[in-house]
Amino acid sequence: MSDGGIHPAKTFVDAAHDTLSNTQMRRNLRHVTSAIRDKRTRAVSEVDNWEDLREVASQTKQHVLENLETYLLQLEESVTRAGGQVHWATDAREAREIVAKIALKHGAKEVIKIKSITTDEIELNGFLQGRGVAAIETDLAELIVQLSHDRPSHILVPAIHKNRSEVRDLFNATLGAKLESDEPAQIAGAARTYLREKFFSVKMAVSGANFAIAETGTVCIVESEGNGRMCLTLPDVLVSIMGIEKVLPRWEDLAVFLEMLPRSSTAERMNPYNSMWTGVTENDGPKEFHLVLLDNGRTQVLRDEVGSQALKCIRCSACLNVCPVYERAGGHAYGSVYPGPIGAILTPQLLEMKDDKANTLPYASSLCGACYDACPVKINIPEVLIYLRGKVTKKKGTTLESLALKSMLWVMQEPHRFEGALKLGRLGQGPFTQNGKFTVLPGLLSGWTHSRDLPELPKQSFREWWKEQGQ
Amino acid sequence: MKVDLFITCLNDALFAQTGRATVQLLRRLGQEVRFNASQTCCGQMHFNTGYQSDALVLIRKFVEDFKDSEVIVAPSGSCVAMIRDLYPRAAEWAGDHALHEATLKLAEKTFELSEFIVNVLKIEDVGAYYPHKVTYHPTCHAVRVLRVGEAPLKLLRNVKGLELLELPQKDQCCGFGGTFAVKNAETSTAMLSDKASSIMQTRAEICTAGDNSCLLHIGGGLSRMQSGTRTVHYAEILASVEKQVRP
Ligand code: SF4
Repeated sequence: MSDGGIHPAKTFVDAAHDTLSNTQMRRNLRHVTSAIRDKRTRAVSEVDNWEDLREVASQTKQHVLENLETYLLQLEESVTRAGGQVHWATDAREAREIVAKIALKHGAKEVIKIKSITTDEIELNGFLQGRGVAAIETDLAELIVQLSHDRPSHILVPAIHKNRSEVRDLFNATLGAKLESDEPAQIAGAARTYLREKFFSVKMAVSGANFAIAETGTVCIVESEGNGRMCLTLPDVLVSIMGIEKVLPRWEDLAVFLEMLPRSSTAERMNPYNSMWTGVTENDGPKEFHLVLLDNGRTQVLRDEVGSQALKCIRCSACLNVCPVYERAGGHAYGSVYPGPIGAILTPQLLEMKDDKANTLPYASSLCGACYDACPVKINIPEVLIYLRGKVTKKKGTTLESLALKSMLWVMQEPHRFEGALKLGRLGQGPFTQNGKFTVLPGLLSGWTHSRDLPELPKQSFREWWKEQGQ
Repeated sequence: MKVDLFITCLNDALFAQTGRATVQLLRRLGQEVRFNASQTCCGQMHFNTGYQSDALVLIRKFVEDFKDSEVIVAPSGSCVAMIRDLYPRAAEWAGDHALHEATLKLAEKTFELSEFIVNVLKIEDVGAYYPHKVTYHPTCHAVRVLRVGEAPLKLLRNVKGLELLELPQKDQCCGFGGTFAVKNAETSTAMLSDKASSIMQTRAEICTAGDNSCLLHIGGGLSRMQSGTRTVHYAEILASVEKQVRP
């Protein structure tokens, strides 16, 4: 059983309720997601063979999943050959221990961090703090989240739910900045002053990884702010943590992903910074390199033929930005470091479909399909959502809902039952309707009349009309 | 052509007028319309809510009911998407090869109404007359699963008297999503309120679409808001002629 930053504290309905009533957050979310959405559409339409690239990317990832063990062993060998050390972590607990041990061995009081959603998954920061090691986030947005003791709400824009004036106030309160304006340049300046000092003094860094190449042992991170470049080159000790699904077979495989990832995520043609490192190199970069390979439920997801496609994800966040549910409910509603459509299919699976709160996530979708269209590696998210719903209902057994659907099934099995039900309904609806519509419905259907009227059954059904025509 | 109408359970029960319009329209276009009264429901609600074994019962029934059809036409994007996209998937998950084969065959001859008229019959002007300001909401399943593209718009643009108004943010989901509208009522409502405000911005009298399930939701919201805009399935618009404009 995995643990860490993927256990929702509430059901999706309850957590979404909080964001839906927060008007500031909703405005921020709408503003940012619609801006990224439009930019992304443009960036993607510039590439003539986008659909071909999607196919290649999808197949490459599928191939990796089907041969994961082979490539991981090859990766281990390559990294070791290049002077790095590889650690295998079955769950979050093991992964945290591995990192803490390295930090303590080097007497680190502080570590700097970059691109670390996987470290959020294992809740590394809090754990390190407990061992007397302060973890400092260096991505601007991650820093904002950290300083406000908040949680990330987006894979790529973790502070998407905050606006500039909130950030200005935060920096003034926590970094001792004296910002009067909330101009982006001023805000970035305050963060830069604080972070520079850390980059030059802290001796250990912890990173995530976008890709790792089995053939060469190269680990790769793409980022926009340059903080990654600093973290990956300046400290003496570098620990990179990656989910086991992030491995790619060959160096050439990177090409298609480096084309697709930035366009899908930030709508840029290319990433400002692509950092790649292979083991250790004398007099250049870290003197010690550790790669932690994290399972944390993944092997078990891999065994599921339909659900395992979630592991193809390259965390570009395109699905979040096009998702109408994410746009309204916000990232926190998903209760996990993996929000949005990908979170809705990944989180419950990482928790082995055993967590009742996480099991509400597959229902957090109208199945509109925008995520599938946007996903650069063609994960059929709606399909997986439906499939996982099947697992959830099976697990729940008999409920009010299952009984209702069973009786509907009984009605629908025979046309005369259906016709009978319509007749009954027409007779029974009278007391509940006004001006030809229902405004309040009982029980399971009360959610409908929360905001919508429902027309009453007409005097004649289609099949009755057809019969009457004598056809 | 012999067209077997799949009316869908929702239209049968609540929107008989859409069914009547579909029949009239197809006949006007020279088709022989048949209605196999044994049909009931495609099973979408069961399947999408996670009751896949219940859905299989209805899927098998549907396959049986329509196995001899030449073409099947339904005035509902989401039900056609269920048949074309999810039936084969359902059969695969159930490990039923014979059913899988049968669903693939079924998928090839099942069409959403506008697709059938534009792509199969190759007709873009159905000779309709409808003197109203109308905006068109492209429903998610029609757009992203069936890829009906411009088909409904081509038909609507050729309707005499109709003023077609562009819907802002048109490809945003209306928030229906079957049981989603009930299970996640608040999020669904947030989506609906944005859709409703886009519709009202157009100043249209009528919002049309190819799926009465989405229209049930949108129309239910517009009605609750006392908005003065109503919803009409495009089959009813396309069936209207100068002598008989449907209300
Ligand atoms: S599921 Fe696809 S679109 Fe979503 S983050 Fe992953 S790769 Fe990107």
